[in-house]
Order: sequence, then structure tokens, then C-alpha cells
Amino acid sequence: MSKDGSRLGLILLMAPLLLWLVTLIILPHIGLFVVSLSEKVGVRTYETGFGNYAVFFTEPLYWNTFARTAYMSIMATALTLLIGFPVAYYIAKLTRGRSKTTLFLMCLIPFWVSELVRTFGWMILLRETGVLSSFLQYLGVINGPVEFLYNDFAIMTGLVYTSMLFMVVPLVTTLDSLDDSLIEAGYDLGASSLSILREIIIPHAMPGIVSGCIVVFMLSLGNYLTPILLGGKDSLWFTGLIYSQFITRFNWELGSAFGFLLLGLSSVIVFAALKLTGQSLGKTMGR
Amino acid sequence: MITGIPQSSTFKWTYRAYITLFFIYLALPLVTVCAFAFNDSVFPSMPWDGFTWDWFFGTETPRIGVFHERPILRSIVTSGFVAFWVASLSVLVGTCNAFLFVRHDFPGKSFLYILMLLPLIIPGIILGISILVFSSAIANRLEDATGLWFDGLRPGLILVILGQFSFITTFATLVISARLQKFDPSLEEAALNLGASKWGAIRSITLPFLFPAMAAAAVVAVLMSFENFNTTLMLVGSDAPLTVTMFDRLKLGSTPVLNAVSLLLMLASAALGLLSLVLRR
Repeated sequence: MSKDGSRLGLILLMAPLLLWLVTLIILPHIGLFVVSLSEKVGVRTYETGFGNYAVFFTEPLYWNTFARTAYMSIMATALTLLIGFPVAYYIAKLTRGRSKTTLFLMCLIPFWVSELVRTFGWMILLRETGVLSSFLQYLGVINGPVEFLYNDFAIMTGLVYTSMLFMVVPLVTTLDSLDDSLIEAGYDLGASSLSILREIIIPHAMPGIVSGCIVVFMLSLGNYLTPILLGGKDSLWFTGLIYSQFITRFNWELGSAFGFLLLGLSSVIVFAALKLTGQSLGKTMGR
Repeated sequence: MITGIPQSSTFKWTYRAYITLFFIYLALPLVTVCAFAFNDSVFPSMPWDGFTWDWFFGTETPRIGVFHERPILRSIVTSGFVAFWVASLSVLVGTCNAFLFVRHDFPGKSFLYILMLLPLIIPGIILGISILVFSSAIANRLEDATGLWFDGLRPGLILVILGQFSFITTFATLVISARLQKFDPSLEEAALNLGASKWGAIRSITLPFLFPAMAAAAVVAVLMSFENFNTTLMLVGSDAPLTVTMFDRLKLGSTPVLNAVSLLLMLASAALGLLSLVLRR
């Protein structure tokens, strides 16, 4: 094969990749940024400036929602890690063979159905006429029907549920690769369970923890369904603001600015997490 | 199982109880959704009013079952159409990408690789609005310049397909690359030695080897496309795919017909998921 031929082949192979990335990822984001910089000053007349971003910082509702979304997403990520880690450890280290495969697959099954169906399930469970309320009345814990839906607790339950898979799978993969004899050596040398967890298991699982946390955080931050359906009208989720600017108010300029702020926030937190733990994007995501 | 480490039985049983609780938590919403598909009441809520098949086969309002509910059937067809195109396009581009990243070295490769992974960390709703804004800008320019209409660039199925394709391709690329990395290049060299052309060798040796991964990627793409909500919501026109239709119904409050749809969806995706696991073996 001649050098020119392989050159041509390389260009042909690269064409679909470049076409995809340039027309669907890079240019649209540049376009979004340009629109976010244009302020509406009259009918079909626009000026370039940071006015839309200024609106965001001067209107407390907007940045409160922004901060709240970030805070709730971080909480959801931490909770998912806390709940998922023991499960992943159990699957990776305390089971073997068939039961291991079965448990692992059981973790995956809920995620073959859409997020909408999962959220719908939580709505039936938590609503005033729902399963939980009826069950507690049956037990005599509460006297009348209680609404468990439309509060932060419901949002958190839904977010943790919806992102569990993305935490458990990378954790199981990294914990699986940890040699059991290292843990045993720790015990033989007289370490307590806690220090083994801190000195051996967690450092080894770090790549899995980081990639799980990044994905869960991203999914929570960009989630629209769960906060809107489980949190109701007052869910105050930033993606909800973006949606209403675009679809209900038809203010694309402000909506674009919001979109860019959300993108900025998620990138900053993702890169901070990668830097703090010394991981790279290619290593954590490209698996 | 790590042997030789003493653990108190209280600890063991607490741990097991925790794992059991975890799996109950995972199963609870799905079991609930399925159970209420058979509740003989017009709302998907308590109390339990007995068993019925109405939400699948019912024909009279308000008890119209899935199989007689036109808007839902139509949106399933729409979703299927979208999923078909997304899967075909993303497997095609993903295969090219896999060959590019596994087989070739070129300047800027690691940069392009990172760029290829970016759609994974861009929130779906942002992908949606950026494509919406960009395509509308192009449509406006073209319409001003030519006086013609460019409906394909306005919210609608084409944009939904492009929006889903924009991030599902990354998954397809990763799945197919993983398999291509395991390929033994000497097989292809043997074919070349035996007189096959470069393309002939790829077509008769490498592509059949890659086929399971391509099929698995297609299944994953179909599942993700059916499930996708965030990106789709921003790009949808008058023909709504299933998730959007269901979302609109949910917001208004609906009969258990939604439970029946969900149950069918679960069965379908479980079948597809099993298929993809078998294919990946």
C-alpha cells in the first residue's frame, strides 16, 4: 500500500468523525455562546454584550436556583457513593461465580427501562394516594393520607435511584481488579478494618470513584425529568429554567446564557475533580 | 470470597440485610409500575380495586388499553423510526472512528479522542439547545437568502435524530473500539499474504470479527434512543416520540394505560438487553 493511499484512507476515515464533531458539537456550542451574548434591544434588533449574564447575577431567583441545583447535585452524588460503595464491595469481593453475575445483572436491570418509567414508579409510591402513604396508614403510623411527593426528599430519592447504576458499575470494575491478598496482608499485619478501607481499598478504587462521581454529578445537574416530576412546580431546578426560557418564554438569548452557565459549572466541577484526584478524562471516561 | 478474615456474624448479617434492602429499593418502583398496570381503577394509585386487563385491551373510554390507544401507538412508531436511524448512523460512524483510533496514528490524535469523549460530559439538555439554536440560525440565514423553507432544520424528527446521534455515537465508538483492540492483526496480514486486497481483507476478516460489537452497539443505541428525554425534549416538533408523549400525559395525570405501556417497554428492553449481553460474549 502506497503512502498516498494510506493518507487518503486516513482522511476518509477521519471525515465522519470530523463531520460529527464539528457540525453537531463544536459549531452548535459556538453558536450557543454567540446567541448568549446578544441582547434584545428592540423588535429584531440585537446588541452584543454580557447583558444576559448580568440578568442572571442580578436576579436572585436565577442564581439561587443555580446554586441550589449545584448543591443538590453534589449531595445526590455523595449519597449515591455512600449507598453504592458497600453494594459494589459486596458484589466485587464477597460473592463469587454465579451469584456474583446474578447480583451484578440485578443491579443493571432497572436501567434497561427509561428514566421516565422509573420516575413514574416513584410518583406512584410517594404520592398522597400512593403506596407508601397507604401502607403507613395501614400500619397505623399516620392517620390521614400524607403527600411524600413534591419536596426535596422526593427529588433526592429519584436522583440517587436514577444514577445508581453509573456509580455501582465503575466501582465494581475497579474493586474487582484489587487483589484479595493485599487486603489479607493488611489484616495479617494487624490493621483494623477501617484503616484497610482507608489505606488499601479506597486508594485502589479511586479511578472508579472519580468516574462514577463525575457521571452521577453530570446526570443530576443536567436532569430535567426527575426534579420536575418529583419536585413539582417549585422544584427550582436549573434545567427547568432553561426549558422555560426556550420553550415557554421564547427568550433564547437568556436561555442560551443559562445553558452556557450550566455547561461551565459542570466542566469546572468535572475538571476540579479530575485534577484533585490526579485522573485524566480519557482514563476515567474512555472505558 | 476473601477467606481468612474473621468477621463477626452480626456484621455479616447487617451487611446482608443492607444488600437485601438495596435490591428492594432498586426493584420497588418497577414492581409498582407493573402491578398498577392491572389495577381496576382509572388512576394509577391506591386503593387496589381488583385485577383487570383493560389497560392493555380495553376499547371504551375512559378504559382504553394500549393496543387501542392511537396517539401512543403512533408515538411508539415514531420512536422506532428515530431509533433505527440513530442506531444505523452511530454504528456506521462509530466503526469508522474505531478504525481511526485503534489503527492509525496521526498528529492531534489524543486531542481528537478527548473531543470524541466530550458528548459524554455535556448535559443532554445543553446538547439539545445548542443544536436547536445552531440549526435555527442556519435555517434563518438560508430562508432569508433563498426564500425557500427549510423545515428539516426546524424542530422535528431530523433534529431529534441528529441530537441523539450526537452523543450515542460516542458510546458506539467505545464499544466497537474495545473489540477492535482485541483483534489479532496477523489474521488480516495472512489474508493480505494470500492475495486479498486491503479492503477485501477488512471485509472478509475484520468486519465479521467486529460484528458482535457492532450489533451490541446498535442494541445499546436503540435502547438509549428510546429512553432519551432531555435532548429530545428540546428538539421535538409535532411528531412526539414515546417518552415525550408519556411525559405530557404524566404531567396532566393519566389512567394506568401508562403503566401498561411501561410494562411493555420493560419487557422489550429486557429482551434487547439480554440480546446485547449474548452478542457481547
